[in-house]
Amino acid sequence: MLEIEGVDAFYGDLQALWAISLHVDEGELVALIGPNGAGKTTTLHVISGLLPPRSGSIRFRDRDLTRERPDRIVAMGISQVPEGGRVFTGMSVLENLELGAFLPAARRCKAESLKRVFSIFPRLEERKNQRAGTLSGGERQMLAIARALMSRPTLLLLDEPSFGLAPLLVEQMFAMITEINAQGVTILLVEQNVRAALELSHRAYVIENGRIVGEGSGTGLLSFESVRRAYLG
Amino acid sequence: MLVPLAQNVVSGILVGALYGLAAVGLSLTFGVTKFLNVAHGELLMLGGYASFWAFTTLGIDPFLTLPSTVVFMVLIGTLLYKLLFSRMVKLTEDVKVKNTMLIAFGLSLILQNVALRLWTADDRSITTSYSGVALSVLGVRLPVVRLASLVVAFVCLMALHLFLQRTYTGKAIRATVEDWAAATLVGIDIHRVYLESFILGALLAGVAGALVSVGYSIVPTMGLEWTLIALIVMVLGGLGSIMGTFVGGIILGVTQSVTSYFAGGTYREVVGLLIFLLVLVFRPQGLFGTKQG
Repeated sequence: MLEIEGVDAFYGDLQALWAISLHVDEGELVALIGPNGAGKTTTLHVISGLLPPRSGSIRFRDRDLTRERPDRIVAMGISQVPEGGRVFTGMSVLENLELGAFLPAARRCKAESLKRVFSIFPRLEERKNQRAGTLSGGERQMLAIARALMSRPTLLLLDEPSFGLAPLLVEQMFAMITEINAQGVTILLVEQNVRAALELSHRAYVIENGRIVGEGSGTGLLSFESVRRAYLG
Repeated sequence: MLVPLAQNVVSGILVGALYGLAAVGLSLTFGVTKFLNVAHGELLMLGGYASFWAFTTLGIDPFLTLPSTVVFMVLIGTLLYKLLFSRMVKLTEDVKVKNTMLIAFGLSLILQNVALRLWTADDRSITTSYSGVALSVLGVRLPVVRLASLVVAFVCLMALHLFLQRTYTGKAIRATVEDWAAATLVGIDIHRVYLESFILGALLAGVAGALVSVGYSIVPTMGLEWTLIALIVMVLGGLGSIMGTFVGGIILGVTQSVTSYFAGGTYREVVGLLIFLLVLVFRPQGLFGTKQG
C-alpha cells in the first residue's frame, strides 16, 4: 500500500533521514519506534508532504507522491495526526471535525463520517459545541484522531497519540487505535511507548539516527535484544 | 462648547468607521499570510478612483457602484498576488514580513505615480444630489452620506464575520490563522487560502476607498496616510477580532477629531502615532486581541 524507497531528507543542510525504506501493507498496523530525534516525526512529515525528500521515492497504491502537495496527499487517502494533536483550539469541536472533512469527497459524506467518529469517541459528541481549547489533553488527542478520520483516510499516520496522557487514558487510546484498525484503516504508528506499540502492532520498524536499524513482527521485536536493552530496560 | 464637542465626537465616529474598515482588511491579510502589505492604502486609493470614475463617466450612484468596485478590487488583488506576493509564501515568517513590506513599499510608489500620471494630483470627490443633505440632532449635524457610509462599513464587517464563521472557506481561513501546518494536514490548500485572504483584504480596502470618495475626498498620494491609519488601528484593535478592529477605528477617529478640536489640526496625526506607541508598549496584543503564543 505504502512503499518508501531510499528516502533522504534534510532540514536545510542537516540530513535527518538516511536512505529510509519501509512499507505498510493494506490493513496492517505498523509501528515505527526509536529514541527522541531519531527521525520518526520527520518520516511522517515526508509522507504527508510537509517536508519533500531530497532523493528516494514514496509510492502509495501505485501512485507516486514524492513531491506531491500536502492537500493532494490527504485527498489520496493519507491523513496524519500530528504530534500533540494540534487541534484548532479557537474553534468548536464540531468545527474541527468539519474541517477534517474539508476536501470535496469527504464533505459529501460528512454526516456519515460524523456518526462514525462519534460512535468511536462518544465523549466528543457530548462536547461538540465546546471550544476545542477547553478540552482536556486526552479529549484533544481524541479530537485530533477524529478530525483525521473525517477525511476518510485509508492510511492513518499517528504521531505519538499517547504522549502526555494519564496511564488509564493511554490504555483507552490504544484500544481505540486497535478498533480503528479493525474497521479497515491501515495505520502507521509512531510511539515512544515502545512496549504497548509493539504489543499492538503487526510489524514494527526501529529507527535510530535517521536510519532504519531493525524490522520485525511486533512481538518478535519485543524479544529483540537491543530493543529490550534500549527501550524496555 | 458642548455642541461643538459633540459634533467632533460624531464626526470622529463617522470617519472612524472607515478607519476600521480599512484596518480589518489589512489585519485579515496579515493574520493569514503574514504579508505586511504597506500598499494597503494604495489599494484603498484605487477603490476610491474606481468608484469616482464610475460616477463621473457613467453617472451611477456611488453606493450602487460598490459591487462593481468590489469586482474591480478582486481582479486587482488577484493580479498583485499572482505577480508579486505568491512567491513569498514559502519564506519563514520573519523574512516574509520584511520582504513583503519591501515589495509592497515599491508597489505603493508605483501605484501612486501611475495614479498621479493618469488622474493628476487634484483632490477629487463624488458630489451627488444628496451630498449636502444632513440630519440635525440636538444641533449636531449628521451628513447622510457619511451616515450611510457608516452603515455600509458596519454591514461589510458583519458580512465578513458571518463569512468567516459560517462558510467552509471562512473556516479554512480561520484554521490557517491558528495553525497553518495543521490546516494543510486536513487537506486545506494554503496557497488558495492565502490568495483568498489577500483578495478579501484588497476588497475591503477598495470599499473603504469608495466610501472615502463619497464622504470625503481622494487624491493619488492618500495611500501612505491610510496605511498608517490601518496599521495603528490594527495594533489598537488587536489581531483576530473584527469587531475589536472596528471599535479601534472608531476610537482613533474620535481621538483625532477631539484632539484637533482642543489642540488644533496639526496634532491629529501625532495623537494616532502616540496611541500606536502606547498600545505597543503597554498592551501589545491590542485592546481586544487575545494573547498569542
